[in-house]
Amino acid sequence: MSETELSRPISRREWLLSDAPQSRRQAQLGALYQGWLTFRANKLAMFGLIILILLFGMAIFAPWLAPQSPFSQNLADRLQPPSAAHWLGTDSFGRDILSRLIHGSRITLFIVGTVALIAPVVGLLIGTIAGFAGGWVDQLLMRITDIFLAFPKLILALAFVAALGPSIGNAVLALALTAWPPYARLARAETLTIRNADYIAAARLQGAGPMRLLIRHIWPLCVSSLIVRVALDMAGIILSAAGLGFLGLGAQPPMPEWGAMISDGRIYILDYWWVAAMPGLAIFIVSLAFNLLGDGLRDVLDPKGAKE
Amino acid sequence: MLNVSDLDVWFGDPPDRVDAVRDAAFSVSKGESFGLVGESGSGKSTILRAIAGLIDSWSGQIEVDGTRIEGARRDRAFYKTVQMVFQDPYASLHPRHSVDAVLSEALRLQGMGDIDRRITRLLEDVGLGKGFRFRYPHQLSGGQRQRVAIARALAAEPRLLLLDEPTSALDVSVQAEILNLLKELREEHGLTYVMVSHDLAVVGHICDRLAVMQQGQIVEIMSVDALRRGAGEQDYTRHLIAASQ
Repeated sequence: MSETELSRPISRREWLLSDAPQSRRQAQLGALYQGWLTFRANKLAMFGLIILILLFGMAIFAPWLAPQSPFSQNLADRLQPPSAAHWLGTDSFGRDILSRLIHGSRITLFIVGTVALIAPVVGLLIGTIAGFAGGWVDQLLMRITDIFLAFPKLILALAFVAALGPSIGNAVLALALTAWPPYARLARAETLTIRNADYIAAARLQGAGPMRLLIRHIWPLCVSSLIVRVALDMAGIILSAAGLGFLGLGAQPPMPEWGAMISDGRIYILDYWWVAAMPGLAIFIVSLAFNLLGDGLRDVLDPKGAKE
Repeated sequence: MLNVSDLDVWFGDPPDRVDAVRDAAFSVSKGESFGLVGESGSGKSTILRAIAGLIDSWSGQIEVDGTRIEGARRDRAFYKTVQMVFQDPYASLHPRHSVDAVLSEALRLQGMGDIDRRITRLLEDVGLGKGFRFRYPHQLSGGQRQRVAIARALAAEPRLLLLDEPTSALDVSVQAEILNLLKELREEHGLTYVMVSHDLAVVGHICDRLAVMQQGQIVEIMSVDALRRGAGEQDYTRHLIAASQ
């Protein structure tokens, strides 16, 4: 930093928003801060973020937060309505629904996190390679994508789980395998618009090879729209996972998976509504939070929507 | 420095084939500045892109510094000799790469050492201070972006610079700055220019000789003096000169 800048102390905010950053780190932090400011301006997205932070906290501290064990049965207390002792009531085995929801958040986050790690990465790889290589590589990869897209998602996931055996791990795998094709499509479309851009031509003229162009130039531009898409798809993934749980093909009893909990409450839905409604409410809130977050992220990350 | 003969460039396959350039021939000697002028769609940028290896559907002979070029493949030596500046500075810089990232990548790819010092010098060369080094394209004006693009082209220390309407996307006042910068750089580094433009005044300012193009063909090659006198041999040239006055 030059002397003139040292002589006058500048606030952290000024340093971050400087138009003439003095170092690589300052420029990167500045860009991040800009994004944060845009995101923060979106009240609903902040609301979504706060809910998700709470969900994370809930998952991490589940054993300390839950008033009771999620597995301890008490048949004398079965199907109790919400009360001071059981805030959200009890289920057909007399288990505390609140405790089960809190422990279930771990399972939900595990499913969502794993699918969100696998599907977009597979989609990004396949989509950008197809778009960038073109020709028969493109044809081959996109036809495979089409085949996956031609099946209804849940049916395909069902088929996978049926073949692999019902368990939470297999459910996640099945969901990830059925979730990647839209990302591949998206990444390919982005790549097609990017690959003929002048900055790619300029990099080529410097002698950049295809791998470098793909990784350093094309991926960074595809990733942001994929992140937005993932955040918006999260709700769908949670619902699919709950759907598998509901059908008995995901988490196995007595695991407190939210979809399986709804399934358990199904038979009592008319007389003891809270057994199915409470986990349903939890799924609804988390899905909504992810949607709001995705919307806010789009404002920040989507290059097309960006101010310029 | 650059010899082009029998150059045909086309897009698409028959029956939809479009012949963008037909039978073009010209040569540019070392240190010269050569202009390609014509209306939009006359094929002038296409010639540059074929030379740079950005189009592979061409036939004929292109010789750079005594070496024949084939297809769209270029070797390291070519990239060290020839660089290009693009028309639209808003499209020629990666939106997520800072000036520092752009220049250091170019220098690294060209196998240069001492990158820190070289970046500072490149920025000084194009009239940008150190303060611009860590900015992103959206923090730069059009003229500043074009300066960065020129710095990137200069990173390889090339001898032949292909300029594809480097000022047409800029404001008039900024145009003059960039043109003067290009002129200075040419004297300083002993560069050879091939410049595409539809603006005869720009070509008159920068170039020594020029080729006039119409519908994919070079109709006339003339000196800038002749251009200033308005002495075109062909009707089309005189028409073009009259239209620009």
